[in-house]
Amino acid sequence: MKVTVHDFKSNARSALADTQLQEALSGLPTGLVAQRAAARSRLPEFEDLRDYGRDLRNHTLEHLDVYLERYEDQVRQAGGHVHWAKTPAEACDAILKICKDADARLVTKGKSMVSEEIGLNDKLEAEGLEVVETDLGEYILQIRHETPSHIIAPAIHLTQSQVEQDFRREHDHLAKDRKLVEPAELVDEARQILREKFVNADVGITGANFLIAETGSSIIVTNEGNGDLTQSLAKTHIVITAIDKVVPTLDDASALLRLLARSATGQEFTSYTTFSTGPRRAGDPDGPENYHVVLLDNGRSELLGSEFREVLRCIRCGACMNHCPVYNAVGGHAYGWVYPGPIGAALNPGLIGIDEAGNLPNASTFCGRCESVCPMRIPLPKLMRQWREIEFEKGNPPLFVRMALRGWASMANWPWAYHLFARIMSRAMKLAAGRKGAFSWLPLATGWTKHRDFPAPQGKTFQDLWAERQRATIKPATQGETP
Amino acid sequence: MSRRDILSNIRRSLGANANDKARLENAAARIATPPRATAPQRVAAPGTDLVACFVSELERQLATVKTVARPEEIPLEIASYLRSQNQPQAVRFGTDPLLASLDFAASGLEVNNGRAEPSDTAGLSVAFGGIAETGTLALLSGADNPVTLGFLPDTHITVIAQSRIRATYEDIFAMLRNEKGAGTMPRTLNLISGPSRTADIGGRIVIGAHGPRRLLAIVVRSL
Ligand code: SF4
Repeated sequence: MKVTVHDFKSNARSALADTQLQEALSGLPTGLVAQRAAARSRLPEFEDLRDYGRDLRNHTLEHLDVYLERYEDQVRQAGGHVHWAKTPAEACDAILKICKDADARLVTKGKSMVSEEIGLNDKLEAEGLEVVETDLGEYILQIRHETPSHIIAPAIHLTQSQVEQDFRREHDHLAKDRKLVEPAELVDEARQILREKFVNADVGITGANFLIAETGSSIIVTNEGNGDLTQSLAKTHIVITAIDKVVPTLDDASALLRLLARSATGQEFTSYTTFSTGPRRAGDPDGPENYHVVLLDNGRSELLGSEFREVLRCIRCGACMNHCPVYNAVGGHAYGWVYPGPIGAALNPGLIGIDEAGNLPNASTFCGRCESVCPMRIPLPKLMRQWREIEFEKGNPPLFVRMALRGWASMANWPWAYHLFARIMSRAMKLAAGRKGAFSWLPLATGWTKHRDFPAPQGKTFQDLWAERQRATIKPATQGETP
Repeated sequence: MSRRDILSNIRRSLGANANDKARLENAAARIATPPRATAPQRVAAPGTDLVACFVSELERQLATVKTVARPEEIPLEIASYLRSQNQPQAVRFGTDPLLASLDFAASGLEVNNGRAEPSDTAGLSVAFGGIAETGTLALLSGADNPVTLGFLPDTHITVIAQSRIRATYEDIFAMLRNEKGAGTMPRTLNLISGPSRTADIGGRIVIGAHGPRRLLAIVVRSL
């Protein structure tokens, strides 16, 4: 996937001006956010489960190599194959080779963020394969040549009328005057078109929400059932996933599944949760004949040894972005790479480098809502702060920002100088603002004054007011205490 | 080799080595006796009616649930359900002995056997068990209940023995380890909690995305 993280600031500006995007995003607070709250209130154990989930993920990470080896063993015993890939290029090559060995022409694909991470579709299409996304949201994006803007609701940035236009353009073999008013009519049309693909596919590719060391199973969680058709009708099933998805046992997977759907969509459980282990068994009339798992690292094993280890607990539920004021304002595309929102800000610098993704940890108001809803209790704001520190030390922020911060820091080390400066400045600003008491333009603060007035200080600094208050309240108390 | 590199990178990050006895034992112990998260009160409280919970949770997710006293009533129940939904009087199922023992023709139903074909209108399977906490059906793939029956046809009908309804997912896993042997799984274990749905168009829920448009569960009391 093309990286445009560098352009976060200009991406965000155009997102804010995009009225269709703003209309599409306006449903988030009453949709996914409200549904999560309702599901949480139906399960009084929810908060305890979050602790349990956090601890179980920490345990898994501490034994990651052991569980991965056990997982691999179990897959082999069930007749499947595991391919290890250090980089996106290695993962794509492995998948391409499996497709070629299977003489594949048509590949169907369920939703997988790791496949976006490795840029799989472009790679397969360049080799002449037809790749069809089968998750409805992903299918819509594919015909629009767009990327997902959300990790669980990939087409959340689109309105229904945009989709209608896309279908009319793309499905031009259908009657021009057909009715496409209700969402159900659009869903039906896609259903008919994709059926044919499911049935004729040579290879089906899915992601995995979890891998289970105990049994060698991969799990997918869907509502549409597209992942199941993808993996049970094609002759070869390829799972593309990453090394951080493994959990020890079935019971560990279910503990996390209790949190996943509720945090993601507010459902108690998704319609389909499917555990796949190896290819079809002797005597089975259906299911794939070949089963492959491609395990991507792409920087995760390094993150494991860094101060960012906790980000690997993520179960990709999307709650942090649903609750993020920045995401709600600019949508997912502004973030410029696969994982948007707070999880992207905490994870992307680790996967594509801080030089590329340095803007993201700054795209935060540090309001803390992401951490308060994260089912894995990942301290997202703390991780973003850590990235900021690294970025600062590497000298990435512009010279002006660095000088201003340096200046401020040295002033703050000399409290008397700081107070004096603040006192003079606030008096001067009060005078300059005149009777209006506010500025409609201020040098160095045009980002603020372009949209609203900047209120002038009222002449006294916070420290002055605080000192006055202390004097007024402390006196009587001390008098009372001294006999 | 990538495998070796990734594993040794992980070990370096953890400050561990491959033969670290304590870590190997920890992991083996967890797999041998899997710890469980506390079961939700809604099914763990003493005296909970698990069957009632299973039914109401499944209905909440827009499935239809019918209860019959004995297996012989299954064909008639299916025929009247399909009629109520304006669906053809036909089902396809695998080699499951329970289904093989029933007389579908007497209820006017056409029967086909084997894996699902694109032209099938209704698939019929027998569930391995039921999970009360979220109204979830657990199905195992195989010749007896081919997995495609639950995804390709427009209607999926599942028979579930009342005695195989358990409180939690973990209870079903225990049953699976018990009956199939620890560490062995069928090609697929499907946990199904409602018909296919999507919210990908304008955020509104639409039933019947790619999988079944409707799900009927028949609970059999005598089984
Ligand atoms: S960081 Fe937490 S809230 Fe965000 S996607 Fe991951 S698990 Fe969900």
